[in-house]
Amino acid sequence: MSIEGKIGKNVLITSIDEVVNWSRSSSLWPMLFGIACCAIEMMATAASRYDWDRLGVIPRASPRQSDLMIVAGTVNAKLAEVIKRLYDQMPEPKYVMAMGVCTIGGGPYYKYGYNVVKGVDKVVPVDIYVPGCPPRPEALLDGIIKLQEKIKRQTLAKQIKTTEQVA
Amino acid sequence: MTAATITKSLETQDLLVNMGPQHPSTHGVLRLLVKTDGELVSEVTPVIGYLHRCAEKIGENLTYVKYVPYTDRMDYLSSMSDNLAFCLAVERLMQLEIPERAKYIRIIMAELNRVASHLLALGTYGLDVGAFTPFLYAFREREIIMNIFEYVCGARLTYNYVKVGGVMKDVDKKFADMTFNFLNMFEAKIKDYNDLLTYNQIFITRTRGMGIIPLWLAIEYGISGPNLRASGSSLDIRKIQPYSGYEKFQFDVPVGTDGIGVVGDCWNRYFVRIEEMRQSCRIVRQALEALPAGKYCGDVKRAVKPSKGEAYTSIENPRGELGFYIISDGSETPIRVKIRAPSFCNLSILPELSKGVLIADLIAILGSIDIVLGEIDR
Repeated sequence: MSIEGKIGKNVLITSIDEVVNWSRSSSLWPMLFGIACCAIEMMATAASRYDWDRLGVIPRASPRQSDLMIVAGTVNAKLAEVIKRLYDQMPEPKYVMAMGVCTIGGGPYYKYGYNVVKGVDKVVPVDIYVPGCPPRPEALLDGIIKLQEKIKRQTLAKQIKTTEQVA
Repeated sequence: MTAATITKSLETQDLLVNMGPQHPSTHGVLRLLVKTDGELVSEVTPVIGYLHRCAEKIGENLTYVKYVPYTDRMDYLSSMSDNLAFCLAVERLMQLEIPERAKYIRIIMAELNRVASHLLALGTYGLDVGAFTPFLYAFREREIIMNIFEYVCGARLTYNYVKVGGVMKDVDKKFADMTFNFLNMFEAKIKDYNDLLTYNQIFITRTRGMGIIPLWLAIEYGISGPNLRASGSSLDIRKIQPYSGYEKFQFDVPVGTDGIGVVGDCWNRYFVRIEEMRQSCRIVRQALEALPAGKYCGDVKRAVKPSKGEAYTSIENPRGELGFYIISDGSETPIRVKIRAPSFCNLSILPELSKGVLIADLIAILGSIDIVLGEIDR
């Protein structure tokens, strides 16, 4: 569906790139999906003091309307399938943020958590990692700003890797 | 065509809807298998286990001291209470006497945490029934409590503050000032919530007479906490089995009443929480004013080794009776840690309550029970 990779690298692309990347990065809509403790900090980031609406981040209830999946909490074997399915339902371009140490590599549940997936990057490709247990709202906002910078470096000349290509 | 055939031809098929694990109003990763007949719910089956983090098994592998941070992550909305419950159980096992100052600090923290937890319950319940503004107001005040906790122990959500024998760090004058400022400000703010949500006609219409839990049913299902008290019982562990020195403080136990709501309905469950916040403020104020001098932590060795035996303690968590049952063989690691989670028992009544309600009301009922999935799945 997307036009990435269909047109070669030329002068025209650079200006279009800028417009497309600007619009993509300034309306990052995350999926409203809280899993565990990190979700509470995610809610705090969305609420009055930190207010991530300033960055154009407006949570959407459905994966089909969202660009960003913030995996906020421990992913276990039962939930991993669900995460994968939700990721597949999101339209391209899509980004994943691993929030908290549990999603980065198991965190406190690394050794004895027999049921915990040691890192959500074993299930879906992750674009940005935000460490902390749970990360402070400032850390989450910083993660979003870093992701925006990453999006601004994209170009339409290159195809974004889809899930199938990664796997 | 006879009457019998007409009814047969009008019969509609039951539709099985999956609500969750990704759903904005299931409060985490709860999955509800909802059997619907049109807009009516005929059967609800909660499917849990999406946040099973092996908490009880980890308890068998780690030492008593190392296990405290894991209790933080069980009920992550009231980590102080969870720390406290576990430490009380270990202390009972060790027959340890706690310094008076530590007891007071523990109570202050647990009650402030109760306010924070109820504020979140209030805000998200507003979201569930379609009011967005109270969420922002509730979080504004909650952030101030988070600031206080952050000042005392360095963390916003998972504190690991209460430890076996006392607390991690002493509180100082600045903490007392911050807390007094918060209490003075907050007690006036409760009126705002009442104006915004509690006495809002739309809210009352959504919640009045909805999901009524009769007292006998609540007792049969083992419901505890605000959900039980909304049904008319005044059972509160802080009153009937005072721990950590609760008997020294004056406070009332709010109970659901007939009035704007009906006893045991969603409105009463919500309103009991509002009143509890008021009472928690009272307790914090009394404890701060009478905070005794002395040590904030008893003389406990780094390696906690309780004697052989078993102990059960239960405390009043914001969601109900939270109990820890520990069996020790005299080593540094417990043999078994069993947790009685209030949310787990409270959720079990949902299938009973949601027979024949509308789908939108199912959300209102679930929100009023105020569950935390970290504690249900453990």
